[in-house]
Amino acid sequence: MSGYVAGILAVLAINLLLAYAVFLPAAAGMINLGAAGFMAIGAYVSAYLDVEYGLALPLCLLAGAVVSMVMGCLVAIPLLRTKGVYMVLATLAFGEIVSGALINMEAVGGAAGYPVTTFIDMPVIVAMAVCGLLLVVYLLSTRFGLAMRSIHDDEQATALFGINVRRVKVMAFTIGAGFAGVAGALYGHHYNYIEVANFNLMLSTYTLLYVLIGGTQTAFGPLVGAAIFSLMPEMLRGSEHWRFVIFAVLIIATMALRPEGVVTRHGLARLFGRRKVEG
Amino acid sequence: MIFLQQVINGLMLGGLYALVAVSFTFVIGMLNFLNFSIPGIFMLGGILSWAFMVPGGLPWYAAVPLALLAGIAASLLVERFTYRYMRARFGDATEHAIPLVSSMGFLILFQGLVQIQWGAELHSFPSPWQDTSLRIGGLLISIPQVISLALAMALVFGLTVILGRTSLGRSLRAVAESPDTAQLLGIDLPRLIPAVFIVTGLFSALAGVLFALNYLQVSHVMGDEIASFAMAAMVVGGLGNVWGAIAGGLLLGLMEVMTIFFFGAKVIKVAVWGALFLLILVRPQGLFGKPAVGKGKF
Repeated sequence: MSGYVAGILAVLAINLLLAYAVFLPAAAGMINLGAAGFMAIGAYVSAYLDVEYGLALPLCLLAGAVVSMVMGCLVAIPLLRTKGVYMVLATLAFGEIVSGALINMEAVGGAAGYPVTTFIDMPVIVAMAVCGLLLVVYLLSTRFGLAMRSIHDDEQATALFGINVRRVKVMAFTIGAGFAGVAGALYGHHYNYIEVANFNLMLSTYTLLYVLIGGTQTAFGPLVGAAIFSLMPEMLRGSEHWRFVIFAVLIIATMALRPEGVVTRHGLARLFGRRKVEG
Repeated sequence: MIFLQQVINGLMLGGLYALVAVSFTFVIGMLNFLNFSIPGIFMLGGILSWAFMVPGGLPWYAAVPLALLAGIAASLLVERFTYRYMRARFGDATEHAIPLVSSMGFLILFQGLVQIQWGAELHSFPSPWQDTSLRIGGLLISIPQVISLALAMALVFGLTVILGRTSLGRSLRAVAESPDTAQLLGIDLPRLIPAVFIVTGLFSALAGVLFALNYLQVSHVMGDEIASFAMAAMVVGGLGNVWGAIAGGLLLGLMEVMTIFFFGAKVIKVAVWGALFLLILVRPQGLFGKPAVGKGKF
């Protein structure tokens, strides 16, 4: 496999893991516009433990994910007081707070960026992404997954059936934050250099958009979305400015024509035709 | 003296934020729709007036109105493919996050097209005046910023008069209350809603022109930072509250300048967004209580 293909696969895998950070809250009816903030937390925690304490890589990645999840949980609990526009603004604010705080932390290089020692190669990243995909497929097949889907469709009715809506939402947001943390940690170790500017609002926005293009009904929606977003610049070599325009037209068209995203539950069931169409 | 100068700078910067914040808050108050294309229209206002003047060779009094018209046209385009389309298809356009997401798409679209046409670099904006600053007793006052603040106040005053006194305003307030009921009572929504977007487009594009006059620079991402501050200003003022947005804009401008003055430029982001985050969680209705328009929607 050439280095070129390996590079694209690594980008795709990281984007996929980040996508689940938006996907899981979205599947439970929440919008997370702060994914880059959680990614930054994971990246910096893992990089710091690696550089300063020389911890083993799996421990670094685990720590990145755990700290990101703790932050996710701490944010999610008060966040559930908010709805709609307020939730969008609050998560946006969270992402900006993280990048604003990191730029002031001299211990991790501040605005100058932070070099990361240990290198993680593409196969490991892709393997992690595949594990992530399988984990989400499994999660959606559990009772918890059903509860998320139910909350997405009708929150009040779900509560009437005795499901603890708050807990499901906090868990969805927290697990999502963990995915972003892993994505960030892998990003740092793959490129061996991180800076605050990598984890900006545009990244959060694009992630939200490609997840919604892909669709939030099944675990494969984010895969399609991440693939579109990661492969498009390669297909449009030489006219890379058009990438943004085409992406924008794609998102507007998707929202207008297929608001549930490209990959839907119904569509998958029809495509593979094994089960009867449900719901 | 230097402190007073900082206060003036803060208020003037706040005037720019206020104009954009009014655009955001007006659409939210009327339609419950967070319109992310506003920074794009702001940018179009600034960069098109540059494009008509410098590569186009038009005088400023032709270029600026053309740019404002283009901003309104862009805003109507957004309306056509976000709010109106969704409402026709799903009944309530704001039920899902769909219009919000589409408007983000439009922001990327506008920025992408401008980047293709005029590149990603900063363009220097020609100043129609020799000196854009006024000196009063040792204090420096920037004229475009004064104009921007005065215009924001005048436009919002006009807006409240229209909303309160005219039949158009009454229809708009009815729509803000409940679009479905308004339609049942005979209000022609597809004809009325564009009015909201015309106002938004005009305000945002105008803010873009004033920003360009003030900083004498335009680029395809000029709207990004100011829009995030304007959104913060909108929350401070309470969503849907146009006078609150002005107060919030001024407050944010003051806060930004003071934070930079006392603590340096690096902590500004944490200060503004941290304050905003807490405000959303603790007092989501903003500092000034209930919004004047669209009350009961949030």
